[in-house]
Amino acid sequence: MAPGAGTSPTGPAAPSGRTARDGEAPAGPRTPPPPGAPPGAPPADTPWLRLPRQVLALRRLLLSLCTVPLTVLVAGLVGWLAGPVWALFALLPLAVLACGWVLLARNWHSWGYRERADDLLLARGVLWRRETIVPYGRMQLVEVTSGPVERRFGLASVQLHTAAAASDARVPGLVPAEAERLRDRLTALGEARSAGL
Amino acid sequence: MPGSYEPPPPGPYAKTPPAGPAHAAPVLLPGPEPRPERRLHPLTPLRRAWAPVAVILGWAVHDPNGTYRQLSALATGTLVLASLGVILVACVYGVLSWWVTWFAVTESELRIRSGVLFRRTAHIRLDRLQAVDVTRPLLGRLAGVAKLKLDVVGAKSRDELAYLAEAEARVLRAELLARAAGGAVRGPDEAERRVLWRVAPGQLAGSVLLSGGLFGSLCGAAFVSWLLWTASHSLWSIAVTAVPIVGGAATKLFRAYANAYDWTVGESPDGLRLDHGLLETAHETVPPGRVQSVRLVEPLLWRAFGWVRVELHVAGSQNSVLVPVAPYAAGRALVARVLPGTGVPEPVRPPARARWRLAWWWRGQGLAVDGHLFVARQGVLRRTTSLVPHAKVQSVHFTQGPWERALGLASLAVDHGANGTVRARARAADEARTVFHAQAARSRTSRKASPPAQWSRERP
Repeated sequence: MAPGAGTSPTGPAAPSGRTARDGEAPAGPRTPPPPGAPPGAPPADTPWLRLPRQVLALRRLLLSLCTVPLTVLVAGLVGWLAGPVWALFALLPLAVLACGWVLLARNWHSWGYRERADDLLLARGVLWRRETIVPYGRMQLVEVTSGPVERRFGLASVQLHTAAAASDARVPGLVPAEAERLRDRLTALGEARSAGL
Repeated sequence: MPGSYEPPPPGPYAKTPPAGPAHAAPVLLPGPEPRPERRLHPLTPLRRAWAPVAVILGWAVHDPNGTYRQLSALATGTLVLASLGVILVACVYGVLSWWVTWFAVTESELRIRSGVLFRRTAHIRLDRLQAVDVTRPLLGRLAGVAKLKLDVVGAKSRDELAYLAEAEARVLRAELLARAAGGAVRGPDEAERRVLWRVAPGQLAGSVLLSGGLFGSLCGAAFVSWLLWTASHSLWSIAVTAVPIVGGAATKLFRAYANAYDWTVGESPDGLRLDHGLLETAHETVPPGRVQSVRLVEPLLWRAFGWVRVELHVAGSQNSVLVPVAPYAAGRALVARVLPGTGVPEPVRPPARARWRLAWWWRGQGLAVDGHLFVARQGVLRRTTSLVPHAKVQSVHFTQGPWERALGLASLAVDHGANGTVRARARAADEARTVFHAQAARSRTSRKASPPAQWSRERP
């Protein structure tokens, strides 16, 4: 993997100009629908919404909490037991920290969701790109969860459940106000467009 | 007073309450509202009393020497007393559990009350009912009783009513299905059936013999025999190991044959009727509106004969076979009856560069989308074609890994309501993206146009 590339907030990871990446730009000109799409397929009605900055901060904190003590531990313990040269092994967790720091940013940039007229579009992933469409009428349940760490950062996750467990539509961290707005909107839209199994 | 009697004004409970919000509120108290609760068939306790006896017998058969030793150690009197005690306890338990089990059919739900120590009341909403099966085990057939199994979305296990008198089971099934389908209860007789397809016994036998299981176990037996022969040169050990393997395979084959014997697919206003079974007969009814996905399976050995097995995926249902074996054309005709639209589009292979992603099995992949169906094919040896009506798609996924991106490929997946996922791998990226977005639009429009979940309302 090549960390470091494509960390600019607007630039696509690959210079191929793929429209999906462009579409996630937080600001700037809206992109036309993808080439070859049938007329009227993806209505460009609402902009892409992004995860708040706190999600990145939270993930970076968790990463640091794992790697920094490990670095210290390895440096101290190995350096003391086997000699100061062996303490260089502590660079390993440090490298993980550095890579992770960059990759988390890339991953955070790649997340986006978009409320369209009849469905919710979620996109994520840089190397392994994954996009999901969940029609509002298919939603069985909207769940807002907030763990202790998330609460500390003022975050809540929104998960959509459909009749298929594989649907996997989760927005992993939103400001509570936005989470509530999304939940209410999705619930209302789901009721309005509800369809049987 | 005599002669001038006027009927009192109808009280709040004098007539059956109309359907509406007032009636939808849960009835907490067993008020005077008519609740035609019924018990199961009086033979039911026998089934439960039979269980411990069967356990003891099974143990005895499983380990005859140990049993003999244990039994001979006991005095005859103790033995008789102990077995009488066990049977008595079992009988009392059986009668008790029968005594506390009640069921009732109301406008909107089927209620089952049960449990001796831990009380349980199951409220099964009839509009969530996916399928109702009547099964008759061999002993049950002799006694004239049947078991009613109910498939409900979201329930882990199937609720069942065992046992009912055969006629009662048929009537009840007809009533449940009619109510689930939103139609009027037609009366004691279930809706008439029109046979669509009947599997010939010869073809069934052929399909069972040509299934992979037989060849697998024969090969296994041959391999094990060869190993033993090289190791020990003793015919006895070969016989001891090979006979159970072959015997087990034969039992399995026979079971498969007996279960699918005389498989008949019929059509009735309630839905598709599946009747099958040699020793234990089963009658299933699947409302076609509840079918989430259909799968055509063609094992390698069947392809020479042009046979296909058609499987159904219904939310909450365990049994999934529509027809165990049929000629391809007949299978497709059946599919066309189950799923809306006309016929099955032929899946198209991914571009040839997909071989860099999927070695030689890219040839087995395929995708076709028409106005009604999302069709994906997989497998080179055992070919499976999955069909999902757009109206049943729960969510759509577009995925692309780095390797696929380099080749200009992408994968698609749709989830359907029977908790399954149908994948089309290694498509050309722009095609996949087009289908991805079109799929959302299609499943939206076809959902709007799709018939209501209650099957019989769509038909006059």
